[in-house]
Amino acid sequence: MTRRYSAFSLLREGLSGQKGWEPAWRSPDPKPRYDVVIIGAGGHGLATAYYLAKNHGITNVAVIEKGWLGGGNTGRNTTVIRSNYFYPESVALYDLALRLYEGLSRDLNYNIMLSQRGMLNLVHFPADMEMAARLTNAMQINGVDAELLDRDQVRAMLPIYNYGPDARYPVAGGVLQPRGGIARHDAVAWGYARAASRAGVDIIQQCEVQDFIIEGGRCRGLHTTKGEIRADRVGMAVAGHSSVMAAKAGFSLPLISYALQACVSEPVKPILDCTVIAPGAATYASQSDKGELVVGGALDRVPSYGQRGNLPVLQGVVAGLIEMFPIFRQLKLMRQWAGIVDVAPDSSPIIGESPLPGLFLNCGWGTGGFKAIPAGGTLLAHLLATGQHHDISRPFDLDRFANGRLIDEAAGSGIAH
Amino acid sequence: MQIFTCPFCGPRPETEFHFGGDLGNARPEGFRAVSDDEWSRYLYHRRNEKGAVREVWMHMTCGELFAMERDSVTMEAAPGHALHGDAP
Repeated sequence: MTRRYSAFSLLREGLSGQKGWEPAWRSPDPKPRYDVVIIGAGGHGLATAYYLAKNHGITNVAVIEKGWLGGGNTGRNTTVIRSNYFYPESVALYDLALRLYEGLSRDLNYNIMLSQRGMLNLVHFPADMEMAARLTNAMQINGVDAELLDRDQVRAMLPIYNYGPDARYPVAGGVLQPRGGIARHDAVAWGYARAASRAGVDIIQQCEVQDFIIEGGRCRGLHTTKGEIRADRVGMAVAGHSSVMAAKAGFSLPLISYALQACVSEPVKPILDCTVIAPGAATYASQSDKGELVVGGALDRVPSYGQRGNLPVLQGVVAGLIEMFPIFRQLKLMRQWAGIVDVAPDSSPIIGESPLPGLFLNCGWGTGGFKAIPAGGTLLAHLLATGQHHDISRPFDLDRFANGRLIDEAAGSGIAH
Repeated sequence: MQIFTCPFCGPRPETEFHFGGDLGNARPEGFRAVSDDEWSRYLYHRRNEKGAVREVWMHMTCGELFAMERDSVTMEAAPGHALHGDAP
């Protein structure tokens, strides 16, 4: 059986009728006991399993998933990767993710199609350039690449934007993170799943958690639709459903679940070669390798678990897109969808042990979970393996809401999630 | 566009409304005697339930707060009703 992906194996399988490929991952029945069980086979859950095996040598691990792997927010995001944050804690977290993404295709032997085409945050008015300079300086001080662009530099980089005298959102400049970009979201889930499965991790799909097994005040495993699965350490990475899981475990979380929408246009020839956000239009866009414009914006404003999204925000996003790029007026939208994201009051994630000992949290990523997958996996794996925080995850513990050390990125970097 | 019903103004588009948190999340009494965890639960923790929810909403155009029962999956929303100060 062919396991490793390479030009040579592609050639060999091509000559022998493509019959020798090994399935990318196994689909075993659950064992009654594991060292670690992870709830949620999205990017964060699968990455956690992979790093448990790779960094800590723990392979007696199961990842259980209510639906199919990568079918939640991992398959619904707009694939943007960046680390243009303000606070040192956030930069340490998101740049860890970006650095791991930079080596991930080789690490996983799976092409995640990372394209570091640059992340450009536009600035609309001269007065806003001061805040843009502040963000650029903060990023540079924190060791992340950042460039402050003036209007002419933005215009040279992004000629199709609306620079007309009647433009509703004019351009005074921009903040560019050259290492930002996009990656193939499904490939991230599939690559981690394949690598984890090969390391011995059981990925169990179509298996819903019904309740936690709590003995002696500790989490000892799970009751699932495929029977009882015991483990002394359980991690959960279930995004929008974190509060639902927490209620089963007997505690609450400082989270609200909202629908976050995105849409794609019909495919067109290459026209947009960076990821660009116009804060005034509350819209951002990039062009996929297939040629589709991938477009997103702000959260729906009504808390929701319905993976649909509502019309007012979509209207605003589409209006914003054609205001930014009048040339896109005749584009047709092909698909629109929504994922359910869990938003914390300070727009930063929650990583750490839950109020139920033995159960560890990876949640609160809000609208920005995809870009953080390798870091979320690394840090949750560290917690599950050692019972202790990694230096990078400690500031993001649940205790920050009681001791007041919030990491408010909505205020810091002006980023909405 | 979804329609919510303000108890004072009647059916209005969703964009006129602002989510105000869980119904019955009363401010803890006792000031300094209130523990950090209790303040944290009051300020930040939310029930965030899937299915039937009971919430406080503001109709921004008239400025009134009111109670509304909805379903957070189907998004069906019953007409809002006035708060009476005894919410829990």
